[in-house]
Amino acid sequence: MAESKPKIKKEVVPMPKQRPEVRRRNFNEVALGYTEKQAIEEANRCLQCPKPQCVQGCPVEIDIPAFIRLIKEGKFDEAVKKIKEKNSLPAICGRVCPQEGQCQKFCVLGKVGDPVSIGRLERFVADWERAKGVAIPKLAPPTGKKVAIIGAGPAGLTAAADLAKLGHKVVIFEALHSPGGVLVYGIPEFRLPKSIVQAEVDYIQKLGVELRLGYLIGRIYTIPELLKDEGFDAVFIGTGAGLPRFMGIPGENLGGIYSANEFLIRVNLMKSYAFPEYDTPIRIGRHVAVIGGGNVAMDSARSALRLGAEEVCIVYRRSREEMPARREEIENAEEEGIICKFLANPTRFIGDDKGWVKQMECICMELGPPDESGRRRPIPIKGSEFLMDVDTVIVAIGRTPNPIIQRTTEGLKVTRWGTILADEKGKTSLEGVYAGGDIVTGEATVISAMGAGKKAARAIHEYLMGKNS
Amino acid sequence: MYKIVTKKELAPKIKLFEVHAPEIAKKAKPGQFIILIVSEKGERIPLTIAGYNAEKGTITFVFNEVGKTTKQLGLLNEGDSILSITGPLGTPSEIRNFGKVLCVAGGVMIAPMLLQIKALRNAGNTIITIIGARIKELLFFEEEMRALSHNFYVATDDGSKGYKGLGFLKEVLEKEKVDRCITMGPVVMMQNVCEITKSFGIPTIVTLMPIMVDGMGMCGVCRVNVGGETKFACVDGPEFDGHKVDFDQLIKRQRLFLPEERLSSLLWEQLGGCRDGRK
Ligand SMILES: Cc1cc2nc3c(=O)[nH]c(=O)nc-3n(C[C@H](O)[C@H](O)[C@H](O)COP(=O)(O)OP(=O)(O)OC[C@H]3O[C@@H](n4cnc5c(N)ncnc54)[C@H](O)[C@@H]3O)c2cc1C
Ligand SMILES: Cc1cc2nc3c(=O)[nH]c(=O)nc-3n(C[C@H](O)[C@H](O)[C@H](O)COP(=O)(O)OP(=O)(O)OC[C@H]3O[C@@H](n4cnc5c(N)ncnc54)[C@H](O)[C@@H]3O)c2cc1C
Ligand code: SF4
Ligand code: FES
Repeated sequence: MAESKPKIKKEVVPMPKQRPEVRRRNFNEVALGYTEKQAIEEANRCLQCPKPQCVQGCPVEIDIPAFIRLIKEGKFDEAVKKIKEKNSLPAICGRVCPQEGQCQKFCVLGKVGDPVSIGRLERFVADWERAKGVAIPKLAPPTGKKVAIIGAGPAGLTAAADLAKLGHKVVIFEALHSPGGVLVYGIPEFRLPKSIVQAEVDYIQKLGVELRLGYLIGRIYTIPELLKDEGFDAVFIGTGAGLPRFMGIPGENLGGIYSANEFLIRVNLMKSYAFPEYDTPIRIGRHVAVIGGGNVAMDSARSALRLGAEEVCIVYRRSREEMPARREEIENAEEEGIICKFLANPTRFIGDDKGWVKQMECICMELGPPDESGRRRPIPIKGSEFLMDVDTVIVAIGRTPNPIIQRTTEGLKVTRWGTILADEKGKTSLEGVYAGGDIVTGEATVISAMGAGKKAARAIHEYLMGKNS
Repeated sequence: MYKIVTKKELAPKIKLFEVHAPEIAKKAKPGQFIILIVSEKGERIPLTIAGYNAEKGTITFVFNEVGKTTKQLGLLNEGDSILSITGPLGTPSEIRNFGKVLCVAGGVMIAPMLLQIKALRNAGNTIITIIGARIKELLFFEEEMRALSHNFYVATDDGSKGYKGLGFLKEVLEKEKVDRCITMGPVVMMQNVCEITKSFGIPTIVTLMPIMVDGMGMCGVCRVNVGGETKFACVDGPEFDGHKVDFDQLIKRQRLFLPEERLSSLLWEQLGGCRDGRK
C-alpha cells in the first residue's frame, strides 16, 4: 500500500429503503439491506488501516477491519464468525446500534467523506447467515450447575446463551408473555422485524435454555427463594429500565396521553395496529405530539404516523444537535413527514369535558451552558407560552429501572437512581447474584446490555467453577 | 397452558374458574391478582385472585362477562386451557388484627372479599360484612359470607333483597365502633362507602381496577391519583387509601377505550364467537 495511494471513495453505498411516501403508512421494515454486490462495494471502501480507529468505538471491541476484509473476499461465513466472537446479536445490533456515535465516529474516512458503514455490513452478514440457517455450536459437557436469568432482553438472552454453551443448565424467567425485552415491546417492526428477535430466541432455546414466560420475579419467586428453594446456583438480573417517567405537570392523566411505553407496548407487543383482529385497542388522534428527542420518541412518532395520524410533531426541549436519537432515524422520520419542534417544553395539558386532551401548553426554551450530561441546558423563556391543538400526546422523556426486584431483595445494594450496584463484571452485593444491562447502567443501548450479559456470563462461570473445586 | 379444573356459574354472567397453576397457588396472597390471555390474539386482562390451594395446585377467580375477553373466557369449559397466566401480581393486602373490620363488597368482587374475610378472621378480627348487587339474582356466596361474619347485611340497588342502597351504612356505623373498612366493587359503590366512612373517621381501603396492560409497572396506563400523587395501581396497589383517591379521574380513565371495547364485543358476537367459542 505504501507505493501508490489507493483512491478513496468518499460516498457511502446508499441503503436501499422503502420509499417514504409508501413506508409512512406501513409497518414493514424501512431499510431493506445491502445486496452481496453492494456489501462488497462498501467493504472495498475500507482502508484496512494498520491502526484501525473504529475498534475503540465499539463497546464490545469487534475486530472490525478483519470482518470487513472477509466480506471483501466474499467469505461471509467467516465474517459472521469473526463478529460473533464478540457480539452474539449482530442482526440486531447492525440495525439498531447508534453507529454514528460508536465505531463509525472514529473511522478515518469520516474526515474526508462518509465513514465506512460498519453497521450495514454487520447486518448484511448476519442476515446472510440467518437466511442460510444458523448452525448450533457444540456445547461444553454439563457442569451440573443451574443459573436463573431474570429478564429476556438483550442482556439476559446473551448471558443465557453464553452460560448454556459453557455447559450450565439455564432457565430464563421473563415477566411478559413474549421474550426479547425492548426488542419486542419497544422497538417497532419497521426498524427491527420481530422475526429476527424470534430467530435469536429460537437459537437460544436450541442451546438447551429453558424459557419461562409470565414469571414476574419478586412476586412469584424472590431472588433468595430462587437460590435457596428452587435450586439455582447463581442468578443474573437483566430486568432493564422499563418504568416510564412522566412530567408531573397538570392534566397529565387526561385521556389520549400515553407514556411511550404504553403506546409502544400496545402497538408492538399487543399488535394493536391490527385491532380489532387483535383484541388490544389503541386510539390515535389526528394531531399527535410526541415529547422527547431520543430513539423512543422517534419510534413513537413514526408508529403514530403509521397508525394513521394526520400530523405528528416531535416536541423537544433542546435543539437538533442535542437529540440523542440515532441520526439515521431522525432523517428517516423527517423524510416520512414528521415535524420537529425544537426548544419547546410542555407546561400543562387542557382537556375537553369528557376528560380527553385537546390542547397542550408549551413554553419556549433557550440553551444555556452545558449540564452534567455535557449537553447545553435548556432554560425556559419567561412569558413565551403558546398553545398547540393536540388530541394524542406520547410522553417519551425517559425510563427508570424496573423496581420490583430491588424492593423485594433484601441486601441487594441499589444506587440513588434505583439502578442495581454491580462491578464491571456484573457482581452485585449478594453472593451468586449478578446484574447487567439497563438495570445497572440506566437507559443505554442494546450493544452495551449485550456486552454486560457477556461479561457477567464469564464471571458467573468462574464463580460456579470456583465453587466446584 | 393452564387447565380449568372447575367451572361454576355463580349468578347470571358471573362465573368461577378453578385453574391448575401450582406455582402461583403456592405464592398467592389475598389482595393480589393475575393477568391472563385467553387466546393467541387476545388482550391481557387482570382478574383478582379469589382463592388458592397450594396442595391441589389451583387458583380460583370469578369474573363478570362484560366484554369480548370475559365472554370468550366464559365459553371455556372444564378440561379446556387458558393460554397464559401471569401472577401473582400487585402488593398483597395488609392482614393483621385491626379489631373490628367492616367489609363492603359489591358485584363480582364479593368473591375475592370472601378470601379477605377468611384471612382477616384468622388474624382475630371481628367482621361486619355487607354484600350488595344491582338485583337479588346477582348475589352469591351469601351463606359462606354469613358463616364467617359476626354481623352480616345484604343490600340491592332495587331493594329486591335486603336494604335498598347503601344509605343504611350510616346507621350501622352509628351503632358500631369500627376500626377499619375494606371495600371492593364498582367504583361508584366504593366512592359512596368512602364518603360515609370518612365522616366517621374510619380508615378505608379500596381496591382500584383501572385499565391495565402489562400489570408490572411498565406502561403507566393504570396510573391513579392518590392524595395528589400519581401511583401505578398494578405495583403500588391495587389497594389504596380510599379517602385519598380521585375517583372521578378513575372513572374517566376506565372509560378511555369504551368505543373500541364495544366494537370488539359486537364484531365478535356477529362473527358467531358466542356459538363456537373458539374464534
Ligand atoms: C423504544 C425504544 C427504542 C430503542 N432504540 C434503541 C436503538 O435504536 N439502539 C439501541 O442501541 N438501543 C435502543 N434502545 C435501548 C435498548 O433497547 C435498551 O438499552 C436495551 O434493550 C436494554 O437491554 P436489557 O436487556 O438491559 O433490558 P430490556 O430490553 O429492558 O429487557 C428487560 C426484560 O426484563 C423483563 N423483566 C423486568 N422485570 C422483571 C422481573 N421482575 N421478572 C422477570 N422479568 C422481568 C422485562 O419484561 C424485559 O423483557 C431503545 C429503547 C426503547 C424503549
Ligand atoms: C386489578 C384488577 C382486578 C380485577 N379483578 C376482577 C375480577 O376479579 N373479576 C372481574 O370480573 N373483573 C375484574 N377486573 C376487571 C376486568 O379486568 C375487566 O372486566 C376485563 O378486563 C374486561 O375485559 P373484556 O374484554 O371482557 O371487556 P371490555 O369490553 O374490554 O371492557 C369492559 C370494561 O372493563 C374494563 N377493562 C377493559 N379492559 C381492561 C383491562 N385491560 N384492564 C382492566 N380493566 C379493563 C373497562 O373499564 C371496560 O369499560 C379487574 C381489574 C383490575 C385492574
Ligand atoms: S477506521 Fe474505517 S476505514 Fe479504517 S479500518 Fe476501521 S472501518 Fe476500515
Ligand atoms: S398496568 Fe402497566 S404500569 Fe400498571
